[in-house]
Amino acid sequence: MWRYTAKRLLQGVITVWFIATATFIAMHNVPGDPLTSDKAVSDDIRANLEAKYGLDKPVTQQYFIYMGNLLRGDFGISFTQKNREVNDIIREHFPVSATLGILAIVFAGLGGVLWGALTALYRNRLPDIIIMFLVILGISVPSFVFAALGQLTLVNFNDLFGRSLLPVAGWGTVWHMLVPSLVLGLGTMAYLTRLMRSSMLEIISSDYVRTAKAKGLPPTRIFSRHQLRNAILPVVTVLGPSIAAITTGGFVVELVFAIPGLGRYFVQAVQQLDYTVIMGTTVFYGAFLVLMVIIVDLLYGLIDPRVRLD
Amino acid sequence: MTEDSQALKYQPSPGAFQPLMGEQRSQVLTRPSLSYWQDAWIRLKANRRALVSLYIVIGLVAFTVVGPMIWRVDPAAQDLDQVSTPPGASRAATLVGPYELWDGSSTAPDQDGLHLAEPATTEAVRLLWDPLPGAAAYRVYRNIFPVAPGDALGLPLAETLTADDTRFEDRLDLQPRTYYYTVVALDEQGNELPARETLDVPVTRVVTIEEAVSRGLVEPGSNPAVGDQVKLMLHPLGTDYLGRDMLARLMEGARVSLFIGIAAPALFVLFGVIYGSAAGFVGGRGDQALMRVADFVIALPFLLFMILFKIAFGIGPGESGILPMVVAMVLLLWPATARLVRGQILQVREEGYVDAARLLGARTNYLILRHMIPNTMGVILVTLTFAVPNAIFIEAFLSFIGMGVAPPTPSWGSMCNEGIKTMLTYPHELILPAALISITVLAFNLLGDGLRDALDAKMRSQE
Amino acid sequence: MPVTDAPHQQDDFTRSAGRQLALFGVLAIVGVAVLMAGLAWASGLTGSAAGNSAAVDPATGTVSLVLNEEPPQLNSTLATDQVSLMILGHVMEGLLRYDENNNLVAGVAEDWQVTETEATFRLRDDARWSDGEPVTAHDFVFAWQTALDPANASQYAFILFAIDNAEEINSGDLPLSALGAEAVDDRTLKVRLARPVAYFDKLVAFATYYPVREDFYNAMDGRYGADADTLLYNGPFTISRWVHGAHLRMERNESYWNPDRVHVDVLDFPYITQDPNAQLNLFKDGRIAYTVLTEENLTEALVQGWDMHRFMDGSVFYIEFNHREGRLTRNWHLRKAIALALDPSELVYRVIKLPGYLPGESLFPIWLDGVEKPFRQEYPPPTAPMNPQKAREHLEQAKRELGLQEIPPLVLLSGDNPISNKQAEYYQEQLSRVLGLELRIDKQIFKQRLAKMTAGEFDMVLAGWGPDFDDPLTFGDLFASWNLNNRGRYDNPELDRWVAVAQSSTDPRTRMDAFGEIQRILFEDVVILPNYERGQVVLCVGPAPQGSGAPRSGPGSGFHQRAHRRRTRLIDRICGATRQNGCCRG
Repeated sequence: MWRYTAKRLLQGVITVWFIATATFIAMHNVPGDPLTSDKAVSDDIRANLEAKYGLDKPVTQQYFIYMGNLLRGDFGISFTQKNREVNDIIREHFPVSATLGILAIVFAGLGGVLWGALTALYRNRLPDIIIMFLVILGISVPSFVFAALGQLTLVNFNDLFGRSLLPVAGWGTVWHMLVPSLVLGLGTMAYLTRLMRSSMLEIISSDYVRTAKAKGLPPTRIFSRHQLRNAILPVVTVLGPSIAAITTGGFVVELVFAIPGLGRYFVQAVQQLDYTVIMGTTVFYGAFLVLMVIIVDLLYGLIDPRVRLD
Repeated sequence: MTEDSQALKYQPSPGAFQPLMGEQRSQVLTRPSLSYWQDAWIRLKANRRALVSLYIVIGLVAFTVVGPMIWRVDPAAQDLDQVSTPPGASRAATLVGPYELWDGSSTAPDQDGLHLAEPATTEAVRLLWDPLPGAAAYRVYRNIFPVAPGDALGLPLAETLTADDTRFEDRLDLQPRTYYYTVVALDEQGNELPARETLDVPVTRVVTIEEAVSRGLVEPGSNPAVGDQVKLMLHPLGTDYLGRDMLARLMEGARVSLFIGIAAPALFVLFGVIYGSAAGFVGGRGDQALMRVADFVIALPFLLFMILFKIAFGIGPGESGILPMVVAMVLLLWPATARLVRGQILQVREEGYVDAARLLGARTNYLILRHMIPNTMGVILVTLTFAVPNAIFIEAFLSFIGMGVAPPTPSWGSMCNEGIKTMLTYPHELILPAALISITVLAFNLLGDGLRDALDAKMRSQE
Repeated sequence: MPVTDAPHQQDDFTRSAGRQLALFGVLAIVGVAVLMAGLAWASGLTGSAAGNSAAVDPATGTVSLVLNEEPPQLNSTLATDQVSLMILGHVMEGLLRYDENNNLVAGVAEDWQVTETEATFRLRDDARWSDGEPVTAHDFVFAWQTALDPANASQYAFILFAIDNAEEINSGDLPLSALGAEAVDDRTLKVRLARPVAYFDKLVAFATYYPVREDFYNAMDGRYGADADTLLYNGPFTISRWVHGAHLRMERNESYWNPDRVHVDVLDFPYITQDPNAQLNLFKDGRIAYTVLTEENLTEALVQGWDMHRFMDGSVFYIEFNHREGRLTRNWHLRKAIALALDPSELVYRVIKLPGYLPGESLFPIWLDGVEKPFRQEYPPPTAPMNPQKAREHLEQAKRELGLQEIPPLVLLSGDNPISNKQAEYYQEQLSRVLGLELRIDKQIFKQRLAKMTAGEFDMVLAGWGPDFDDPLTFGDLFASWNLNNRGRYDNPELDRWVAVAQSSTDPRTRMDAFGEIQRILFEDVVILPNYERGQVVLCVGPAPQGSGAPRSGPGSGFHQRAHRRRTRLIDRICGATRQNGCCRG
């Protein structure tokens, strides 16, 4: 177990190095540079700026400086927010994205399991048909449409009640989190519902459930102990990859709902060609995802005895 | 050889190897022999949802390929007389002469108060009014609803500079409907005074003769005259923000979206198959090394890198940006397929029937053709089907955050992006492309489900 | 197929299982609620709770607004973007400032004299920093030196070049101490001018001229202006809270010398978003007092019956041709053909469709003052209306001169905002329809477009210019051959001569004549094609509706009225600030 963990962590470090290098190469091939500005400046000033940000050095040297700083956990200073360090930006904005992401995952996971179990129970009856129709919508409608519609619904909802029950945009209280995280988790929830339903149906017809019924176990016990519990396993396995999808998929929701998350910062940094922020964010997200995958893999080993770590 | 073994030696009788006479056969094939694919096809046909999806997919391809041959309207042609028209709007228009600058003269009989200098058309609404008491200047408003006292006056069109300036020409986005104009007196500081006048103006749609001829709205050879009625161009699904035909643009957009949606998955699946099977065949150290590379690529945060690559490749002048997007997708998405195929190859390689075939003297070529390919083909096909909606979503998403295809190339995603801005006023500009995205994604998903069941590839929990 | 039990048995099972599922559902909701509360607590978010206050709160004198984007930083010597300049305009005060009616009035300086060679400012003695210290002449000298310090690479350093030796300091040829600005004593500031500058009093109202206190600046160790507490304020407001990317809050500055000027106690910006739909929704929900409308949302505003206001933001947008050697657009006939094929009024009335916009006729916008009347009335810009026939003739001529059978595709460089997208697509179709010219749109994000403009990788570019100070020169010198912002590299000695006249003369008539000549040359030589002058349609919170619960007389209504008056003034001021400080957003 410990050996395995150590090995995985080592691999993770190499992966992060790979991500950092790939980001560096991609960024340095972008035409234009972050120092161009709407007011033209003279060559002297430009040289000063380049020296200040170390852009005057050869690319290989820049690479080693960048890697050296990275080792010390220093992502550098933002080009557009001239007095802010990228570390500060990540520290301030990542928790927001993470909060949104965690809630979305929880919504998606719980919702998927509950709706999926419900549809399986009421197979081919009204609840099943209604929910599966919604699931189809959830899978096939792009997230930005949901986000825009979600906000519109909020406004009309508040309008209906004549006062502001839920905030339309922004960040700050528990209420601000509700709708954006629901919207963010919607696609995954639909997918998980479908997965849960088919997994439930498979188990309902399995031998051990029949045996349990034959034994005369109480229905509640059969349902929760035998059906639900076993049907959840495949859902748990895909939660891992979903984390990655949801954390980065937060861009749209953050843009539409004016949430100060890291995703929105990334999109802005890309528009501004803010090298350091782009590289810092990418490497940070990469490292975060690598870590998540390792943790999820280790957890599988604990949850599912059939999986053996080696 | 020992004595014992000799004693146990089987001594067949000469008759033991006589062939049985034809009277009894051990096995009778009562049903026609089905190949793997025939079998899969039958199972797919039994799945009604998958079959409907298949027809939808075929329909979409027809919409993309055959559609533009039937509906021959240039998707780039701008009809500024019909901007953002919903489907089924009236197309009647009257012919007029060329637009001439207004010198403030009036063709209407002398009137008091706020009045029209000449009949109002979509070309221009020309307003004249008598000086209002105490006015140092005027502000002109326009509304699409009648203005009751105390209501907001509507769109502030302009302010005049002086008090003698008692005329205004409105040319701003005039539609054939009734407008309610209000002229408000302003004091020296530009504050509004109570003195104001309102006027209802029914506007008729006009089009200049020159325009009508160049767009082919009148019969060639006929002699169009001012006042003739014509019908503007037909747009069955309405138009977008530049008056471009929605139907033609949806077809053009389908070409882009479906191209990205199919070409990118096809390429990365192909690459993944080659890579994965190479790793699977090579095995050992080589396999380890190859798969490590795949692990690295899989660890890249996908969307972030997608955006990075997009800007790193850049879109040159006049380019649509489709190619960079496809390349970026291929670069980032192949490892999943490679892993899958490698696993499949490794598994098939160890199967008893492969060993059996090999023992029976099958050559490598035969093994690959007969066992490896058919047994991985199912997985590959299903992966491909599920990759298509994914790629279409990615394209739409990138277009939505402004990192997608470059204008004027339409794609469903970029059309949605435009449509979301006008969502409240012209919902058709969002609903149509969004619905197409949804239908396509759904069709490919259901088809994928059907294929998966039909091919019985054990990949329930894969997406 | 699953085994089918007897129907009633199945139903029993379903029912009890369903009940259990419902129980799980309730548990899940409770769990989520607990989790949300926990998350909110963990990230310390509940404390801020600014999120959902009303647009205008008369009880606390608070007005809530939205910011388009986060200010990159608030160091006045480095600020370039509109948002920073707007905020700085509220929390800082220069020697002079503009009032609500756009007149230059006293700021920190209580009186001043400007001659051809020098300017003297007498500072008021009650001007205070937010920590109570007096604002002194040294603070101005230090700020200007800081902005000119080549190590700081301030983009707006050029606006200080009116001061003697400033340009040499900025290029590193002279030490900072050589600057021609001297604090004679704490309250007297003497400035030697590099050349006669007719508009120096207008310049000192600009943000780069704002004061910075040396000891505080140095104590911040490079983080000056990065956060609310690393900035010292001398304007009507202070920033009391700045959560990056999320929230910015300004409160009345108690140390400000002129409290009567401040009509609002708190200016709160709890939302930062550019998304016009999000802004509209916030407005509709009564969360913000002011928002800019896009064309797409005008109908919605009419349906809702909202009060709309329009104003021009002062910027001019145009197509800039590439005049570099070897470019097709160097050919006059080609440029003329393109000019005659396009109609800015159709662009504005049929494509952009926003009432604030004005079809472009000249580089010099309509609001500039001439000698006595508006500049454009004294010097009406020459125009040539769209004429497809003549356009095609010029095109033929161009082909002959260039020795080409067919004009190869031209590159139109454009930005990535919605309006320039529409514009580029419209021009592309228009040129192909009228002239059969193929236009290739090169859509680039802001920085890449600038890089390509500087490198000259375009034939035509959608560009724009906003005023830095209230004088025609802010536009007039744009196409001088030495101007680095002349990215099409137009080079005409005659135009350079007129620019020199406008720069060095102090006689209004001579200067305006020079601008008139510049306007004529730009038209006759088709250096640029004016497209539009930008405007905005904005929504402001209207007066309190009748019967909204507020009593018709008594304190309630008075409060409402006062709040409304405050709001209008505030909005005037916001608009005014944007007008004055409108910086280039090309």
